[in-house]
Amino acid sequence: MEAFTTHTGRAVPLRRSNVDTDQIIPAHWLKKVTRDGFEDGLFEAWRKDENFVLNRPERQGATVLVAGPDFGTGSSREHAVWALQNYGFKAVISSRFADIFRGNSLKNGLLTVVLDQKIVEALQELAENDPQAEITVDLENREVRAEGITASFELDENSRWRLLNGLDDISITLRNEDDIAAYEAKRPSYKPRTLQV
Amino acid sequence: MGRTLAEKVWDDHVVRRAEGEPDLLFIDLHLLHEVTSPQAFDGLRANGRRVRRLDLTIATEDHNTPTLDIDKPIADPVSRVQLETLRKNCAEFGVRLHPLGDVEQGVVHVVGPQLGLTQPGTTVVCGDSHTSTHGAFGALAFGIGTSQVEHVLATQTLPLARPKTMAITVDGELPEGVTAKDLILAIIARIGTGGGQGYILEYRGSAIEKLSMEARMTICNMSIEAGARAGMIAPDETTFAYLKGRAHAPEGEDWDAAVAYWKTLRTDDDAVFDAEVHIDAAALSPFVTWGTNPGQGAPLSADVPDPASYEDASERLAAEKALEYMGLEAGQPLRSIKVDTVFVGSCTNGRIEDLRAAADILKDRKVADGVRMLVVPGSARVGLQAVSEGLDVVFKDAGAEWRHAGCSMCLGMNPDQLAPGERSASTSNRNFEGRQGKGGRTHLVSPQVAAATAVLGHLASPADLSDARTPAGV
Repeated sequence: MEAFTTHTGRAVPLRRSNVDTDQIIPAHWLKKVTRDGFEDGLFEAWRKDENFVLNRPERQGATVLVAGPDFGTGSSREHAVWALQNYGFKAVISSRFADIFRGNSLKNGLLTVVLDQKIVEALQELAENDPQAEITVDLENREVRAEGITASFELDENSRWRLLNGLDDISITLRNEDDIAAYEAKRPSYKPRTLQV
Repeated sequence: MGRTLAEKVWDDHVVRRAEGEPDLLFIDLHLLHEVTSPQAFDGLRANGRRVRRLDLTIATEDHNTPTLDIDKPIADPVSRVQLETLRKNCAEFGVRLHPLGDVEQGVVHVVGPQLGLTQPGTTVVCGDSHTSTHGAFGALAFGIGTSQVEHVLATQTLPLARPKTMAITVDGELPEGVTAKDLILAIIARIGTGGGQGYILEYRGSAIEKLSMEARMTICNMSIEAGARAGMIAPDETTFAYLKGRAHAPEGEDWDAAVAYWKTLRTDDDAVFDAEVHIDAAALSPFVTWGTNPGQGAPLSADVPDPASYEDASERLAAEKALEYMGLEAGQPLRSIKVDTVFVGSCTNGRIEDLRAAADILKDRKVADGVRMLVVPGSARVGLQAVSEGLDVVFKDAGAEWRHAGCSMCLGMNPDQLAPGERSASTSNRNFEGRQGKGGRTHLVSPQVAAATAVLGHLASPADLSDARTPAGV
């Protein structure tokens, strides 16, 4: 995973609530067997409308998505995170994310930042009024900064440490292999098995 | 202080607990399918890793599989590659696979329970959000992303922060004709699509205890639609009776030891939930969705709501956009909404009881002119059971299409899709924009409402069908 420390970029304001993962990346894109090449599928249905915010010339190259509440609801498809990253987004800001989407984002180095809805709306307004306005997402200081706005955000220390260092979860877990083996040794015999061993 | 059901199952699976770290949880059962696993197997290969516990891992094919001509090569080359990739990965790593055409193939959340692999007090994961289904057995079951699929394959564990717990207590009797689907749609409308976010839900109360295992699975299945990763129901005699004798259920002394443990899996009387919701079962009626998220639902007897009636600005905007997408007018009676397609199936309502309920209504009746009805069993075994009961004949006689098992039109990754502008009454779980096909419009309903809607051509409940039955032989 790529490390995330601080990122500064222009923003895309997305004033919609309940943006589900079927909107972020429709199911027919899920047939791909790679982690890349999903950028053209991002918000595919909405992008057919030339006035959709992502299609506006002033939003090209923007890297911070400022979304409505309940972003990423629905399916567990990690493809939603890959699509946002493949397109060029580095961070998503919302007042509430769906659990699975949030977990997936943090495992891929896409920083999902939870801020109060009033601050999210202020950031959206700023980006709407001035498409050149930049937003800084600072993970080291757990702070979002933009012109006239400074807001701190919460992220548990363990997730922050993994993101700042770009650490791979599996390697961390395998350091505790002895604990796993000890647990396995005391599992009851009535637990289900898919194979006879 | 006592513990909740979720806390007991969680505590029994902690491999490692350390200050400032998420708990490391052991995973008892890992279910795989073709869509969310290829990149995980690639990750194992890239790092020279193996599958740690092949005996706790099982795969099937469901999302992409066609429901017609399953003995012929799959027409869509991209779907074919994805299925072939799963077959290659399972062969290379030694994972048990039930491919298309196998008697145990089917929607992954129907297959696990019917094999008896889903058991009380286990942890179950799958790269699919509807893994919450398995919570009906008192299992802690939740959907995971592909990075976590790789993590479980490599370590049989997951690092997880413990969620909060919410009790959803449903007391009283469900009125005649009101099903588990109506109940869960009403719960989601009540707490909202984000209401369960950060929680494990526990469904409890007298109305829940009276439900069959299949109805309990319908309820737990849609926990994710309320934002909760997992939903659970305490195991009881209904659970034990369902499991007894299944292929992977314990036997002999193991059965007795298992049941003794399973009986401890109840929330203690003095346990405290982080949140509580109470629902009166007797006040419910058939429930359908009108909008583009599962929380936008109402009793079938109601009218399409007026967006202006919402106080919250973001909900008002969401309702406006939903009505525009759905092509509906505020104030229009829900019963006046005509459909083109009816879909019975999915991990929500594709089990044998669901097919029986739909067939019971369709017997000696006809699907309305201009309406296409698809009946897709949740698994090959459910399909065989339905055929042995003659349900396939009932569906075909009524003019419905009887298909092979798979996810099918729930998400339209296979050829079963809505055309732009087409409207369905669907027993599936998501009414998102374009979910069942680009531009398709979805109303979520129970199998009973689906069947009645097929007969009348507009959203309807069986009670609307008073004399539409054609005597046999006519």
